[in-house]
Amino acid sequence: MFAPDDPLKPPGNRFSEPWQATILAMATAMIREGHFSQDDWAHALGAALKQAEDNGQPDTEETYFLAALSALESLSETSGIAAKDRSARKTAWGNAYRRTPHGQPVNL
Amino acid sequence: MSSYDGKKLGALHRHLHAHMPSDPALRVKALESLAIEKGLVAQETIDTWVEMYSEKVGPKRGAQVVARSWTDPAFRERLLDDAGQAIKEFGFEGHATEHLRAVENTPDTHNLVVCTLCSCYPFAVLGMSPIWYRSAAYRARAVKDPRKVLEEFDVALNDDIKIHVWDSTAELRYLVIPERPDGTEGWEEDRLASLVTRNAMIGTQRDLKVT
Repeated sequence: MFAPDDPLKPPGNRFSEPWQATILAMATAMIREGHFSQDDWAHALGAALKQAEDNGQPDTEETYFLAALSALESLSETSGIAAKDRSARKTAWGNAYRRTPHGQPVNL
Repeated sequence: MSSYDGKKLGALHRHLHAHMPSDPALRVKALESLAIEKGLVAQETIDTWVEMYSEKVGPKRGAQVVARSWTDPAFRERLLDDAGQAIKEFGFEGHATEHLRAVENTPDTHNLVVCTLCSCYPFAVLGMSPIWYRSAAYRARAVKDPRKVLEEFDVALNDDIKIHVWDSTAELRYLVIPERPDGTEGWEEDRLASLVTRNAMIGTQRDLKVT
């Protein structure tokens, strides 16, 4: 069920989480830089959304952005960012957060 | 005298560290840092986009375009002829509006925009798309049963009003020009623009309220 906008509802942030905005910003930047086309992005995102739906994922904003992230990760592989590099870097960031005291900038 | 309290120590440990981001946030951080290192994208480009689309660019831009189309017939003609070009008069060209088509509502037609494949949307004139626009339910149902979807948005259309559903693509996106409401004769452009909502420019609202 859809519903009209509530005119009294204050406008919130357009993204629930900062990482969600980063995904779309990166996709836009990579299209502009010619690493993949707008059409490639639409098809990769469409395929990831369909897969989420086929897997019975809930129809939520989180599911949408996780699909967008998968699409961006797979398109980035053609630009030389391999899955194993992403995985190693993710672990490195996790370790960096664990060893950094609260309030300090987190660096690798 | 000192004592060991594992629970207390664990809590202190967690408190002393920076907040651990969620799993997807870490995945994005990994991808972003690798892409920047490889020179695929610039940090500033990402930051600028996030700032623009989190805070600045929104449907007020599209509302200005619609308001001008109501007051300036020559502009309306240019807009209907080539919306991608026409919005350059406002300096709104940019992300995903190179190929933009404006479609006008009339007393006997209503336009509704969807992207059945993913979530193609004219960001540069409407800002970030609403959550429902990206939902699987809207992407599927807007085409299959637009009249019912519109009813849920409180848009009740008489049977004699024809509905055009426009399926956006990576190459072509759409902006609905709603009808100018009665009682707004002589209004200036800015005041008219204040009546135009995001949903009206997607087609999930038909009648604009005069306030």
